[in-house]
This record gives sequence, C-alpha cells and structure tokens, in this order.
Amino acid sequence: MPMFAETELNVRNKKFQALFRLLFMLMTGLLILPVLIILTTLIYKGGSVISMDFLFTAPTDGMTAGGIFPALIGTVWLVAVALLVSVPVGIAAAIYLNEYAGENWFTRLINLAIINLAGVPSIVHALFGVGAFVSSVGFGFGFGTSILAASLTLAIMTLPVVIVATRESLRAVPMAFREACWNMGATRWQTIRRVVLPNAVSGILTGVILEVSRTSGETAPVMFTGAVFFTPFLPQGIFDQTMALSLHLFVVSTQVPGVPEDLPYGVALVLIAMVLIMNSVSIAFRMYLRGRKKW
Amino acid sequence: MNPKATSDFDRRNLDWYLDKLVQVLVFIGGISAIVFIIFIFLFITKEGIGFILHTMDVKEFFLSPYWEPSDEDAPEYGILALVAGTASVTGLALLVAIPFSLGAAIYVGEFATGKTREFMKVLVELLAAIPSVVWGFIGLTIMNPLIIEVFDVPVGLTVLNAGLILGLMTAPIMTSIAEDALKAVPDRYREAAEAMGATRWQVIFKVVLPAAKNGLLGAVLLGVGRGFGETMAVLMATGHAVNIPTSIFDSVRALTATIAAELGETAVGSDHYQALFTIGIFLFIITFIINLTADLVVRGVRRG
Repeated sequence: MPMFAETELNVRNKKFQALFRLLFMLMTGLLILPVLIILTTLIYKGGSVISMDFLFTAPTDGMTAGGIFPALIGTVWLVAVALLVSVPVGIAAAIYLNEYAGENWFTRLINLAIINLAGVPSIVHALFGVGAFVSSVGFGFGFGTSILAASLTLAIMTLPVVIVATRESLRAVPMAFREACWNMGATRWQTIRRVVLPNAVSGILTGVILEVSRTSGETAPVMFTGAVFFTPFLPQGIFDQTMALSLHLFVVSTQVPGVPEDLPYGVALVLIAMVLIMNSVSIAFRMYLRGRKKW
Repeated sequence: MNPKATSDFDRRNLDWYLDKLVQVLVFIGGISAIVFIIFIFLFITKEGIGFILHTMDVKEFFLSPYWEPSDEDAPEYGILALVAGTASVTGLALLVAIPFSLGAAIYVGEFATGKTREFMKVLVELLAAIPSVVWGFIGLTIMNPLIIEVFDVPVGLTVLNAGLILGLMTAPIMTSIAEDALKAVPDRYREAAEAMGATRWQVIFKVVLPAAKNGLLGAVLLGVGRGFGETMAVLMATGHAVNIPTSIFDSVRALTATIAAELGETAVGSDHYQALFTIGIFLFIITFIINLTADLVVRGVRRG
C-alpha cells in the first residue's frame, strides 16, 4: 500500500468538503442573483425612457412628462459643494491620524467618532442639518433651505468615506520613505507634502470618487435642507434651492399622481448608472494602482 | 563668540513656522469628527428639548402604540408601534442577511481563489453602493406586485417587503466586513490545522470561525445599526401604517420613516416638530450604543 493513499476517511472528508463548498457558493449566488434580476428589470424598463431629451429637458405637465435636467444639475451642485468641504477636512483628518497621532485614548476616541459619524442614521443627519444650517434659532447658521445647507449636511455625513480612504493610502506609503526624508533635515510638513502625499495621491483620488458616488445617491439628508420636489429654475448660487436626482426618484414614484409607469424606472436607471459607473471607475483605478506599485 | 553663530542654530525659519501651522490645521481636521458628533447631538437636542421638558410623557412616549400628532384635541406621541415597525423589519432583514452574508464571506474568503475571488469582491462592493432610494423604488415597483401575486395578499408593502429589501441592502456590507474578519485570522492558524491533517471545512469550522468570532459579531452589529437607521427604503416599502405587526404581511411604519414623512409638514418649533427631533435623539443614542458595542467587540479580538 502506497504511503499517501487515500483512506476511507479522507474520501469522506473530501466529499464533505465539496458539499460545503457548493453550499457556500450557492448562498453567495442566492445573495447576488436577486440583485442581478432587479438590475436587469431596471435596465429593461428604464432603458426605453432614456434619451437625450430625457436627460436634457425639464419635467413638464406636473412632472408626469419631460426630462430630469434640473435634477441632474442640482445633484452636481450638491455634490460639488459637499466635496469642497469634505475633501480638505477629510484629508487633514487622515493626515493627522496617520502622520501625527500616537496610539492613545485620544486617537481611539477620534476613530470611534468616525465610526459613529458613518453609523448615525441619514435622517438624523438631516435633522442636524435642519437644526444647524437651515434654522437660525439658537446657534443655527440660518442658511435657509439652500444648496449650502444641504451640501454641508452631506459633507459631514460622508466625511468618514474620505478619511478612511485617505488614511489607507497614506498608510500604504512605506515608513522608510519618511525616514529618508527626515534624515535629510526636512520638516514633517515638507516630508508629507513632497514625499507622502505624491505617493498617496492616486489612492486619495479613488476615495474621492467613492465619495462622489456616495453623496450623489443620498436622499434623506437633502430632503429638508436644500432639495425641493420641484422648481422651474436652475440654481444660480449656493443659497438657492434645487432639485436633486435621488429626491426626484422618490417624488415621481410616490408623491405625484398620474406618472407614466416607465418614467420612474428611467430616473432610477440614471441614478444607479451614475453611482455604479463611479464606483467601478474607483475600483478599476485601485486595481490598476495595486498592480503598478513599485514597493 | 560671533553672535551670528547662535542664530544659525535657531532653525525657526519660515519652514519651521509653516510646519507648526500645518500641525495645528491637521489637528483641527483630526478632531473634526469628534466635534461633528458632539454638534449633531447638541443641535438635535436643541430642537427637541422643549418637547422632552414640557410636553413629553415618558410613559406614553415609549409605551403607547398611538402616534397621532396631528389630532387637534388630544395629540398622542407614542412610539411603541414605530419601534415595533423598525424592529420587525430589521429583525427580518437580519434573518435574511446573516446566514447568506456569512456564507458568502466564507465562500469569498476561504474557498474562492484568484479571479473568481476578485470578481466576487468587486460585485459585493458594487451591490453595497446602490442608493437606498433605489432600493425603496424596487420595493415599491418590483417586490410589491410580486408579493401580492405569490402570497395572494391584498397589500404588498409590508414587513416582508421591507425586510427582504433591507436584507439585500445590508448583506453586501455585512459580507465585506465579515470577510475582513476572516482575513484577519493569521494564515499560520490555517497552516497549523492543515498540517495536523484537518480538511478545509474542519479548518473553517474549528479554527477560522472561532478565531474570527468577534469580528463576525461586529459585522452583524454594524448590520443591525445600518438596518435600524435606514430611511428611504423603509419609508417606501413598509406601507407606512402605524401598526404593531402580528404577521409579516402587515404594513408597519419605522421610526426613521416617520421623521422623513412628517418633518416637511410640521411648523418649525411646534410640539409635533419637536417630537420628531426627540425620535431623532432616540435613534442617535441607540445607534451610538450599537456602534460603540461593535467597536468594543472588534477591538477585543485584536488585543487577544
């Protein structure tokens, strides 16, 4: 008998293992399958609605016809202003956590706050936005329902996305790079600016793209702070109200009677395509970077 | 001694001051998360405190199933039915999401290799990115008629609908956190077990899962937090009826959805408006506790 022949027990174990592999594969499949079916339905039903006209005209006839142009532009405004706030603050926070902070209770407290900021329900962020930015009672800023108030709310809510992504890419820069730079007599900031950030910038960029995707899909935080159901005007500045694509989907699918069945599918498809494309770009970018890394 | 020599040793030039300035600036950025969390609590408390101090009857608030804030004679502010709505939907969602996401995490983390694994991870990440309002729309337009037809019930916007939607929503997130937890188990554990002659499933069940226990629990807790705080999807898929559910075919209403649906209609500063903020405070505290617990649980494993 050969030394490593399979015993009966080995064979049984192998069968058992194959069975479990199959079971887990099935569970993964069952998790993904419904989503794929749903996406296909969205594409199938929404695809026929989407045209240049749909993308570039305003809603007409009490939002039962026409396009989504003001909502698209509104979402761009909301996301852009939110990024202006969250990207610098988030990068600063990540630099502090990775380059300056020690392993102590205070750092732990910051990390806990970041986890909580990501975990607080979006509607609570909306309440905060109303209390802090819209209303002028107490210590409120009193911006009224405006792009500024909505974007600040979004920025605070999605701050953890930027912080976490940036911290990861800063962490990936080897310590030896910094040490070499310090030994040349550079200050901390010179080292960060000339060595750490250039080596991490593409990782930070993937985080920012992720942030754009996340911000553009949020509904609850903007619905009382700056986005409105309908406005015939495009926003001219940060103190204007605006329509938003995510809220528009909610409105045409629940709040407006007599909307043709296909129209909301079109809105949903545009929204989901926007989000998924940005996420895919971010993921592809990350994979490309991982393959290219020199150290 | 040449007095100039001493000043040569004084390195406080422009770069030195710039360095200090940046240090202060990034520190401000660093504490921003803490500041924001405190501000969130302060500002929602500021708006809701009037109700808590003057109007709220604690017993009624937590124990009455009647949420009738617009009743002119005797408005009632009981959140019991809303809590039951949130709990039933979240509970069903977890029942769907936990086994499947753990199974998927084990498959992706322990069985799948190379390209399949990369592909699965990307797919899971993309699924997690679908906005909640789109999920709500799916509940409304695809699940609703499906449930009516399959189960032959009059209404499809129910606990079942929202629970399934929320389950599909939370599963990708739980999968990727659970997979991280499995990945955190050192390979030498697996190698040691395999060297002893353990098969793959023995390695997984006897070694990897026990070692990753805390991380997996953390994943589940974060899933709970996510389900609890989800707003748009439950607003659109539950049917939005104040009701303590007796079966999964009942319509309910969630805490978050109540705020989303009613805040726009209330006068700023009215009792109703303040009551909605009080629900917000309640949600904030609950999710804070869930996240804190998850953090403690996950950290426990790292220390050990």
